[in-house]
Amino acid sequence: MTVTESARAVIIGGGVNGTGIAYHLAKRGYTDVVVLEKGYLGCGASGRNGGGIRQQFSTKENIILAMESTRMFEKLPDELDTEIEFEQGGYLVLAFTDEEVEQFKKNVKLQNDLGLKSSFISAEEAREIVPELNISKVLAGTFNSTDGTIYPFPVIYGYARAARGMGVDIREHTTVTDIVTQGRTIRAVKTDRGTIETDTVVNAAGGWSAGIARMAGVELPNRPYRHEIMVTEPFKRFLEPMVISFQHGIYFSQSRHGNVVGGIGNPHEEQGINQRSSLWFMRTMAKTLTELVPRFSAVNMIRQWAGLYDTTPDAQPILGEVPEVERFFQVNGFSGHGFMVSPVVDKVTAELILGETPSMNIDGLSVTRFKGMDLEMEYSVVG
Amino acid sequence: MTTVVCRCEDITEDDILEAIRDGYREIEVIKRHLRLGMGPCQGKTCIPIIERIVARETGCKTQELDIPTARPPSRQVSFSLLAGDDRD
Ligand SMILES: Cc1cc2nc3c(=O)[nH]c(=O)nc-3n(C[C@H](O)[C@H](O)[C@H](O)COP(=O)(O)OP(=O)(O)OC[C@H]3O[C@@H](n4cnc5c(N)ncnc54)[C@H](O)[C@@H]3O)c2cc1C
Repeated sequence: MTVTESARAVIIGGGVNGTGIAYHLAKRGYTDVVVLEKGYLGCGASGRNGGGIRQQFSTKENIILAMESTRMFEKLPDELDTEIEFEQGGYLVLAFTDEEVEQFKKNVKLQNDLGLKSSFISAEEAREIVPELNISKVLAGTFNSTDGTIYPFPVIYGYARAARGMGVDIREHTTVTDIVTQGRTIRAVKTDRGTIETDTVVNAAGGWSAGIARMAGVELPNRPYRHEIMVTEPFKRFLEPMVISFQHGIYFSQSRHGNVVGGIGNPHEEQGINQRSSLWFMRTMAKTLTELVPRFSAVNMIRQWAGLYDTTPDAQPILGEVPEVERFFQVNGFSGHGFMVSPVVDKVTAELILGETPSMNIDGLSVTRFKGMDLEMEYSVVG
Repeated sequence: MTTVVCRCEDITEDDILEAIRDGYREIEVIKRHLRLGMGPCQGKTCIPIIERIVARETGCKTQELDIPTARPPSRQVSFSLLAGDDRD
């Protein structure tokens, strides 16, 4: 069966970004939009992540994106009429080396200059925030009280429900197989269920985005890497903030239901689409977690799973148009922090599609930055 | 009176029927929406029951439904045991 239809825009990927962009477009009256998702909504990284919302970054771009996004998350439950379990228990970032201490001082200075009320704290002060923390190797830390965690699933479904209500066509179990171009113009998107004519495509395909770009003859530098995560049985809540150590590549938090959710990056992870669980993860997670918080020893892990980080050379996202093809918008390359910046990213992408001047300048995040330029690295990343 | 389907999270058959009515029609999605099958028993009892409810309500055969991936560990295991290789 081949059906040919048309749409003003086709969004590839039904994660937080695909559904979020559809929502922002629809809100502006731009509803002739099709979202294509090869599985179910949220089956990619958006439904597999730790729900961490952090504003403590080391580059100006990421700090601004995350600060404005946090403000938008605060309003989202009312806007979407849904509970997203946004708990602002703060993020405690731990430093274990002298280099980290120096970098963290710089980070806090930059964050404060941009209006974030984060602070540089001693190891003792870190233990005041999490009394069960083993600080024997902790040199210092940073803390920001408005960071926190959310439950990602209702965000995605909240956007989808609202967008559908306004007339957006969101199709699950539909796989994009090709993007047809003519010169620098997009003509159509092909799927396993027919062809949709359009001149506007959004690549919000997460770990699959470099493959999607290649369909239009565009080469992106992002590559997928597995990242594993786990959850424990629920127990009485004693951990207020999310705790994170870049040195160990670990983060963990305790949800309002009492389960601890945490992940750890494998520095030797091989590039590729792999979402299987490993024994290495289970053991390393257990070892590192019980070293940092000995009280966790008696706690049971009940489930582990994995998702894809879509990683760029500088750990910052790729946004906006590309030089080779017109109206081919990129929204990818988020590494391990794509959920927390999605509110602004989605709003700004919608503005670009509408041809408006974006409410936030994201020129610095265009893919062209990788062409023979010095990269400004984002240091505050896990895995 | 309504049947409790997931004992870990205290979810009833009515909760599932309501989720299906609200448009959550796949087991993977119902599971995340209601946080069901994610408790200590990991869905061993409830997932088969939900399969039957979803099959009945959506008119699919149970074999046609996408069944959630079983995630390790198959039973819960403590961190001290997992960390145990080179320490106590
Ligand atoms: C284990 C883990 C923990 C993380 N923790 C955090 C965290 O604490 N905080 C945070 O902010 N971020 C975190 N992240 C990162 C975050 O989850 C992602 O950056 C974010 O969800 C990306 O959203 P997205 O919508 O761009 O992509 P995705 O959610 O990956 O969506 C892309 C979608 O595209 C679909 N797709 C792919 N190819 C095709 C095709 N050919 N046709 C149709 N559809 C297709 C996929 O099925 C997928 O659903 C974590 C990620 C992982 C894996």
